[in-house]
Amino acid sequence: MKILACIKQVPDMESKFKVNAEGVWYSDADLAWRMNEYDEYAVEQAVQLKEQHGDSADLTVLSIGSERVKEALRKALAAGADRGVHVKDDGSHRKDPYEIASIIAAFAKDKSFDLVFTGMQSQDRGSAQVGVLVAGMLGIPAVTTIVDFAFDQGTITAKRELEGGLKSVVKVKAPALFTCQLGLNIPRYPTLPNIMKAKKKELLTVEVAELHKVEAAVSVEKMFVPEKQTGGVVLEGELNDLADKLVRILKEKTTVLK
Amino acid sequence: MKALLVGEYREGRLLGSTYELVAFARKLGAEAALFLVGSEAQIPLFNGKLYLADAAQAGEYNPEVHQKLLLEVIAKEKPDAVVFSHSSYGWDLAPRVASALKLAQVSEVVGVEGGAFVVPSCNAKLRRSIRPKTASCVLTVQAGAFSLAGEPAGTPVVEKVQTDAKGALEFVGYEVTEKGGVDLTKAEVIVSAGRGIGKPENLELIAQLAKAMGGEFGASRPVVDSGWTEHNRQVGSTGQSVAPKLYLACGISGSIQHLAGMKKSEFIVAINTDKDAPIGEFADVLVVADLKQFVPVLTEKMKSL
Repeated sequence: MKILACIKQVPDMESKFKVNAEGVWYSDADLAWRMNEYDEYAVEQAVQLKEQHGDSADLTVLSIGSERVKEALRKALAAGADRGVHVKDDGSHRKDPYEIASIIAAFAKDKSFDLVFTGMQSQDRGSAQVGVLVAGMLGIPAVTTIVDFAFDQGTITAKRELEGGLKSVVKVKAPALFTCQLGLNIPRYPTLPNIMKAKKKELLTVEVAELHKVEAAVSVEKMFVPEKQTGGVVLEGELNDLADKLVRILKEKTTVLK
Repeated sequence: MKALLVGEYREGRLLGSTYELVAFARKLGAEAALFLVGSEAQIPLFNGKLYLADAAQAGEYNPEVHQKLLLEVIAKEKPDAVVFSHSSYGWDLAPRVASALKLAQVSEVVGVEGGAFVVPSCNAKLRRSIRPKTASCVLTVQAGAFSLAGEPAGTPVVEKVQTDAKGALEFVGYEVTEKGGVDLTKAEVIVSAGRGIGKPENLELIAQLAKAMGGEFGASRPVVDSGWTEHNRQVGSTGQSVAPKLYLACGISGSIQHLAGMKKSEFIVAINTDKDAPIGEFADVLVVADLKQFVPVLTEKMKSL
């Protein structure tokens, strides 16, 4: 069984973001980077599937971006992937979901992966398109937003998360692609021995030009910081004062303090 | 400009989000037609053409079959934009259509400015305006971003559509998450815990404050996903939508999905160390503090009232 997990490195969303000099993306200075949260679930599910199948299973993780995305790949290797593929691209932030999907599909097309996992979206761009587009390009079915996954003899039963606490149960045969929602599983923390082992694992580099053959479908005119609509009161200071002030406001503005 | 709106229908019911698409088409100044896999018993109130497929035949969730139906309608209608809700149905189906027709897609539109579409990035801390490069395009529209000024009205001209196509996915059925003992929608005060609580033990701080205020405690998605509390306490678009008299968001940054579930609360207090957290925009009061230190102090004050 051949498995592919596609991951992206994104900034910590708690960061303070600034627009870059080009005006179409955020500046990557002073940011802490991590694996896209949705992709952590994709990697974990892929590793669990690999473990279910023992030595016959082989898991590749792929990431597109500059040199620093190797950190995310190493994390996936430490979690249990067999090999990393770094598609080296300093301009990946300028590429739209269609281009990114084309790059992944160009890599995957002659490798007959049985299962492909992606996050359901990235935390920074959030288009929720790439996984579905990749499946379309590879001609395999896509199941999106999964919160449960069970593989049994080539048939997958997955649960998709809908709105308002509802799920739908879907069956599909491999090969297929799954986009992973938060809460699908509990991503493991890499242990020190596994981090050490990961250093010896294969980490291939592919130049993006070898895989990138299409043009963007959209153009970004600008990125900007939205105007704050805050009409609210901001309270800062010493804890006891803060609590007194808040109680006063709640007494005045609400009816819940009796 | 011509827009083809893709309505939503689930568990035998037309979803209200369908009317948000109608509102969006008005905002665009577009002539609109509607596509729906639904039923004759639930016809949307709308003046215009309605292409209706029968959900009993095409299935409520069967994206490959829905895609096929939609491609036929698109070929006939030749819209400039095919518009979906940015929902579990829309973000699933939209890229399939975009991919099949090689159309540009812009996801989660919240505004239109000079012909470009405005979308959020980085948990809504940033926005981008995006222009499709293809002559027509596929759009998904953020839930709640557009709404009709009045009640929906009108009678569509219905044209039935069908296909014999089969998809690779087999829809087995729906599963409802057990609601269990707590009903957050009935609580007057909800104190909710977010990622900022840091560890499961700190949930007790939140529960105690809720108790001291005679309310219930809730949680944001990451707290539930981590297994720190039950799903029946989750507030947000995939959990419960609540509108209490007072909502206290503790260590919740305010993702779009969380905001969708609580922004109708009468009074909102956010406790957060990050002054720029998106929740601040919706809060009547933002207390800039570490909840782990502030919440116990507030709980004592509440007990002594």
